[in-house]
Amino acid sequence: MKKLFFGVLTAVALAAGGTFAGTLDDVKARGNLLCGVSTGAPGFATVDDSGKDIGFDVDYCRALAAAIFGDPMAVKFVGLTSAVRFTALAAGEVDILARNTTWTYSRDTDLKQTFLGVNYYDGQGFMVKKELGVSSAKELDGATVCVQVGTTTELNLSDFFKENGMSYEPVPTADNAESQQQYLAGACDTYTTDASALHGTRVNLENPDDHLVLPEIISKEPLGPLVRHGDDNWADIGRWVLNALVIAEEKGITKANIDSWKDTKDAEIHRLLGTGSDDILAMVGLPKNAMYNAIKASGNYGEIFENNLGATSGINIERGVNASWTKGGILYSPPFR
Amino acid sequence: MTKIAFVRKHAIPPAAPPITEVGAVGWLKQNLFSSWLNSILTILSLYFIVIMLWDFIPWAYGGHWNTKSLRECLDLDPDVACFSVLAARWKQLLFGLYPAEEYWRPTLTFIFLLLAIVPILFPKFFKFFWFSVIYPGLAIWLLWGGSFWSVSIVYIGLALGTLLFLVLIRSYIHNYVIAALLSFGFTALFFFIASDPIVKTLDTILPFSLPFVESLKMGGFTLSLIVGITGIVASFPIGILLALGRQSNLPVIKMICVGFIEFIRGVPLITLLFVASVLLNYFLPPGTNFDIVLRVVIMVTLFSAAYMAEVIRGGLAGLPLGQHEASASLGLTYWQSQRLIIMPQALKISIPGIVNTFIGLFKDTTLVSIISLRDPIGLASTIRADQKWNGIYWELYVAIGLMFFIFCYGMSQYSQYLERKLKTDK
Repeated sequence: MKKLFFGVLTAVALAAGGTFAGTLDDVKARGNLLCGVSTGAPGFATVDDSGKDIGFDVDYCRALAAAIFGDPMAVKFVGLTSAVRFTALAAGEVDILARNTTWTYSRDTDLKQTFLGVNYYDGQGFMVKKELGVSSAKELDGATVCVQVGTTTELNLSDFFKENGMSYEPVPTADNAESQQQYLAGACDTYTTDASALHGTRVNLENPDDHLVLPEIISKEPLGPLVRHGDDNWADIGRWVLNALVIAEEKGITKANIDSWKDTKDAEIHRLLGTGSDDILAMVGLPKNAMYNAIKASGNYGEIFENNLGATSGINIERGVNASWTKGGILYSPPFR
Repeated sequence: MTKIAFVRKHAIPPAAPPITEVGAVGWLKQNLFSSWLNSILTILSLYFIVIMLWDFIPWAYGGHWNTKSLRECLDLDPDVACFSVLAARWKQLLFGLYPAEEYWRPTLTFIFLLLAIVPILFPKFFKFFWFSVIYPGLAIWLLWGGSFWSVSIVYIGLALGTLLFLVLIRSYIHNYVIAALLSFGFTALFFFIASDPIVKTLDTILPFSLPFVESLKMGGFTLSLIVGITGIVASFPIGILLALGRQSNLPVIKMICVGFIEFIRGVPLITLLFVASVLLNYFLPPGTNFDIVLRVVIMVTLFSAAYMAEVIRGGLAGLPLGQHEASASLGLTYWQSQRLIIMPQALKISIPGIVNTFIGLFKDTTLVSIISLRDPIGLASTIRADQKWNGIYWELYVAIGLMFFIFCYGMSQYSQYLERKLKTDK
């Protein structure tokens, strides 16, 4: 019934939205991109002390805005909680949702959204105190676990313990901050959430070395930007800006050296940066140097990662599977041709 | 015969009461140690207060204020508070993401607010009531900016409508309903046809505007106050009308009021907020920009008006029927008797309930964080998402709690003052 209800609502929204021009034209006419981001997810989106938007998802949207307008600042960030994010996208309050959102089957199909790719492979992990003497999540039989209620996290946890024939006692919490407080206060032996958040939390504990993020990742959480069903050209633009950032890292194009590739023999780089003769970006309605501007905005994928999630950010997440396929990760972009 | 040697001619001056019955000791004995049960409770309470303060005072007093991040605080001394987050973010907690160079605008709006409520709170200053009337428009203009004229045209339109109504009543038509309808129609026409060209002309002749600040940027206590104060001010008159409507003899009005009150009271506020933030978008044509803060304010006002109506109905029910009959026998009309006899007494009885609803409403504004607005609670999670402050918990909540306490305690104190002042029976 609920599905039917939301299905009808979405259909109404789509039918109504269909009478308008493409999203790209709307965005151009408005003069800025409306990008839905998290109201606060460490490393992914927040505001700094001076009120400036920062984060991994924020930088992606800046690249997209730069590709469209040549100006990374031509974007308005709309903070969205997880409760309202999908409806805000469906209702057209934002043009694109880059809000560390897991790509799942039902979100893709039932909620009528198009995921543009994966910009971060996350997964659910566990943090324990070293004094517990546990080195693997498989040794957590009988543990009390702090877990955020009403999320996929809770379901993954239950699946994992069932599969391994173990029992646990959940300590429900409202958000990551509360999980952390409960864990520190000793209300639970371990706390579980996405590994990226565990790392961010751990480095800011009183003695990070007393705590351990267990090696097991018990779920797949491929995070990526998404748009509404119904405007394939707009989805292509978002997808290929993301791909361009990945290719740029593969090819070694950085924010700093982007202007020094004019004489390269690599035809793909010329296509990407718009320095060659053919203008393939006209196919989606973007200027020839759109990807040049996108990469110039906040650097290639690797730079964005380092600045927001890696060593520079203080969160210190390793690249791991999020490294380029040329460096042992699974980040792989289709060719730009 | 012995002679009575001594007859006291003067009364003995009263002796000082025993030391255990007066002064500090007496007070202690009367209030804290009057029986063994009270003594035990007193000692237990003292014990708990002391152990709480024992931890809290060194934690708060020795807190760091000048570090750059939580990590730095922890490295210096992990056992004390890290108030540096407040030093770095107090502006955001107060103003949200409002542009820093425009901070004077919400500040001025707040100062004007204090001035505008004085004539309402203290009858002595009622002659300045005109300021309270122009304040809402002034506040909207200061907070959101844009052309001065586009806000003042609303006042001009309403003033013209009222003037027409008064003129019609005084001279031509003596029927209130027809006069009201005519002047209402005139005002509506004015807004639909005349207001836009007038604003444009005024803008070209005498441009007077502030930079526009969108609702996305509103946040912190500014947002709590916008939602809370607007809700409080608007829900009061609506609540009175609903309460009267519920007791009305006219069945249609009664049904509408009962239906509204029961429906709104039967739904949690958070549901209404979700309707405002999520569902309304589906029903409005795409591209409609119905301001999110306005949507929230409307929902909060409706919610609180339903509660207010019931509180005031309680006051009305508390009045003896004789009051109604007495005012009717004096020949007063319905509205005259409401205004002069019924309401002053009913509202006086309802003061504690009214203020209770106001305080509840003000605190409920923190629920807007769930629908993505950056009120102080929403900002706390945004601040924690900055890796510099990831893990900060108590410092933020203590500060936010303290600020809410100041406002709520102020409201409570005013209500007690009002009750003392209006106390006519002994």
